[in-house]
Amino acid sequence: MSEERVGVYVCHCGTNIAKTVDVQDVATWAAGQPHVTVARDYKFMCSSLGQEMVEQDIQEQGLTRVVVAACSPHMHEKTFQGACERAGLNRFMFEMANIRELNSWTTKDRESATQKAKSMVRGAVERVVHHRPLDMLPVPINPNTLIVGGGIAGITAALDIANAGYHVYLVEREPSIGGHMAQVDKTFPTLDCAACILTPRMVDVGQHPNITLLSYSELEQVDGHVGNFTVRVRKKARFVNEALCTGCGDCIEKCPGKTLDEVFEVGLGYRKAVYKPFPQAVPKYPVIDTESCIFFQRGKCKACELVCPTHAIDFTQKDEYLQLQVGNIILATGYDLFDARTIPQYGYGRLANVFTSMEFERMVNAAGPTDGQIVLRDGVTPPKSVGIIHCVGSRDKHYHEYCSRVCCMYSLKFAHLIHERLPDTEVYNFYIDIRASGKRYEEFYHRVLEEGTHFIRGRVAEVTDAARMPGEEGKLIIQAEDTLIGKQRRIPVDMVILSTGVQSRHDSHEVAQLFGMGCDFNGYFIERHPKLDPVLTMSDGVFIAGACQGPMAIPETVAQAGSAASQVISLISQGTLMMEPIRARINPDKCSGCRICNNLCPYHAITFHADRKVSEVITAMCQGCGACVSACPSSAITGAHFTAQQVMSQIEGILWDVRETIPLMAR
Amino acid sequence: MTSEPYTPVIVGFLCNWCSYRAADLAGTARLTYAPTMRPIRVMCTARVEPQFVIKALREGADGVLIAGCHPGECHYVEGNIKALRRYTLLKQMLRQFGIEEERVQIVWAAASESKVLADAVDQMTLTLQALGPLRWRQTVLNGHGAEQAVRESADVRRAALAAQEVEGER
Ligand SMILES: Cc1cc2nc3c(=O)[nH]c(=O)nc-3n(C[C@H](O)[C@H](O)[C@H](O)COP(=O)(O)OP(=O)(O)OC[C@H]3O[C@@H](n4cnc5c(N)ncnc54)[C@H](O)[C@@H]3O)c2cc1C
Ligand code: FES
Repeated sequence: MSEERVGVYVCHCGTNIAKTVDVQDVATWAAGQPHVTVARDYKFMCSSLGQEMVEQDIQEQGLTRVVVAACSPHMHEKTFQGACERAGLNRFMFEMANIRELNSWTTKDRESATQKAKSMVRGAVERVVHHRPLDMLPVPINPNTLIVGGGIAGITAALDIANAGYHVYLVEREPSIGGHMAQVDKTFPTLDCAACILTPRMVDVGQHPNITLLSYSELEQVDGHVGNFTVRVRKKARFVNEALCTGCGDCIEKCPGKTLDEVFEVGLGYRKAVYKPFPQAVPKYPVIDTESCIFFQRGKCKACELVCPTHAIDFTQKDEYLQLQVGNIILATGYDLFDARTIPQYGYGRLANVFTSMEFERMVNAAGPTDGQIVLRDGVTPPKSVGIIHCVGSRDKHYHEYCSRVCCMYSLKFAHLIHERLPDTEVYNFYIDIRASGKRYEEFYHRVLEEGTHFIRGRVAEVTDAARMPGEEGKLIIQAEDTLIGKQRRIPVDMVILSTGVQSRHDSHEVAQLFGMGCDFNGYFIERHPKLDPVLTMSDGVFIAGACQGPMAIPETVAQAGSAASQVISLISQGTLMMEPIRARINPDKCSGCRICNNLCPYHAITFHADRKVSEVITAMCQGCGACVSACPSSAITGAHFTAQQVMSQIEGILWDVRETIPLMAR
Repeated sequence: MTSEPYTPVIVGFLCNWCSYRAADLAGTARLTYAPTMRPIRVMCTARVEPQFVIKALREGADGVLIAGCHPGECHYVEGNIKALRRYTLLKQMLRQFGIEEERVQIVWAAASESKVLADAVDQMTLTLQALGPLRWRQTVLNGHGAEQAVRESADVRRAALAAQEVEGER
């Protein structure tokens, strides 16, 4: 071991490290440590000059190992591994000491920071001399992709990948794709009709030869890793045979079962027991809802079966389980709406003419339950005055602290639509700040201002029907502080719209867990890096797009979906991926055949050869956690790059200054 | 090592996916905490052999902190549960050695929970300051005599095996 020649490089990182750690002292000290041939400090090790310095030393000084003491290995390990490789040294003959994130940035105490840096360097040196050259493992990438969620994000990503020539499985929980965008009427700030821009894309998804659309389906289980996932999907029984159904809709027309549509129409309209959420639904096949179906509830009816011209109704259909093999996965599960009932003082559910934003979207939609008429809960009376309350559930410590990012803009959109449909109606917007920071958003705000909407700045205290002053009888009174004039105001209106914020899906934690990734405090999926890798996750081969990552409007959603798609396409086109060879290996000569490791492996990557009475790790399935390595009573398993010898030596190294010499006998 | 104010030395085994990232984030967010923890990165807490912990204590550490993902969130499904099981047994062994249990701790810190990790280090530093230095040699070796220690390191092995058998049953 003593013939190893280690080069140690201590980075200043500008002043990020040098301000707290005496980098020169560390380098000078390191030069005198065992195994170390050369030690230097440098302003920016990650710069091309820093890297060249390492490469030059490897070649000229015959270094056999390299230690860089700088930032986190998650930041620059690959950078320096590359430098080693360029100079002809195996990339695993390298070790990084993280003296920035784990040291200089966490203390102001220069003396102990310098001491800690020395320990970390010494630990790295002692470890690196035990490193072994390893080869990266090529993993073939299955060219199929799974996309979860068929909102605008999932639709966009599916089309991008399918158009590049690769197969996509699109799994959507509801009977139709479309997501929230299918519910909205016009889209801010351009006022395009949502259906006009969305439905053509939905149809493309439905007809694309490279897309298998699995609607009304749920994920059950995910196994495997990047390049090779196995996914189990439950296709819920529709009770309609898709192979026979033409989507004519005769069954829907004749169905006598009627129920409130709580999902697509958010309780504002009705649907049949056999139904499509909306006329342009993709796929076109209806679904029988057993809860409201008279046959399923009372055993008699079957009107749909009777009228179906192609005999597609099948009351005996069962849930189907599918096993899919995919190389990559995109999660595009979107968001939930904040429940307006959570804030009782705004009266939703108690005062009839308080509406949520999604109810209003359905109401102004020409295809919605009121055929686009803006009317009170009685279904006929148009309001003479409307109050729109911004930020309901958002920017509020009691509910969600974050800004939902779309409410200001859709509230302005609502004001505009009311002026357009009911020119004599007064509109009051109660806001905290107007957040109109997107492209052409501010211009849209000005347009609404000029249309004569009243803007009142201040948070609304309550909505009540208790009249106190003349003119308030029979009205809803909005009580708010007008912070611009510093006065309490009571504004009587006929209709109140609560601009409810968005929140993460109620089941986002469970979904995240299926994929071994995390959610932030608000339940949104965590991206690998908030700025540089917004669609990557900590799980290789699993990407996120759209509102499941955080609140966002359609343009950003589509941009993210395209980005996720291009990440997937780039992986597929590489064909194989080089994976870190951090895997376990069993030495058959040492293995006693006890099989303790067999059940420990979470990936079932260990098989037992009954004939030879030894266990073996299937390298392609091993993920390198090391659980079996630590458990083997015969020390027959080695965890590459995390061997017991490497870790033990690192322990000795980092404790160089406090070690007690212990009598040999006790060792 | 007399009446000088004493700064403990902690060896921290941080799992690559949650706690190492929590530690990274603590740095990025410039959280200040005691510079007492000397970190060792492992892929998962399941890789932490009881022998690593004993080794660290024997080589002069006053305490060992094992930090991993929350139960249910381990990158490798449930490596942290395996670690927890080993840790429980390890504690029993430490008691036999005459080592205070608080010297070895396990903490769950998700990648976003930089504060949890930093607080754990601070907290443990205070605990160890109250306990004083470990001094393996006096506590374990001189306390029982070298012969005894050899026997006990055989105990270490046996207890470790026992831990593995419990795991093996699953
Ligand atoms: C009232 C209102 C008005 C708006 N108006 C506008 C506007 O005018 N302009 C604009 O740009 N933006 C607007 N937005 C924002 C817009 O709705 C979002 O940007 C967009 O819908 C996000 O799309 P998405 O695909 O990420 O999510 P979603 O639309 O939520 O789609 C997610 C899809 O995934 C499915 N899904 C969820 N979980 C699972 C699962 N576990 N398995 C399978 N499938 C699952 C869902 O059923 C859904 O189909 C508005 C939002 C609201 C609330
Ligand atoms: S990966 Fe963090 S505890 Fe297993």
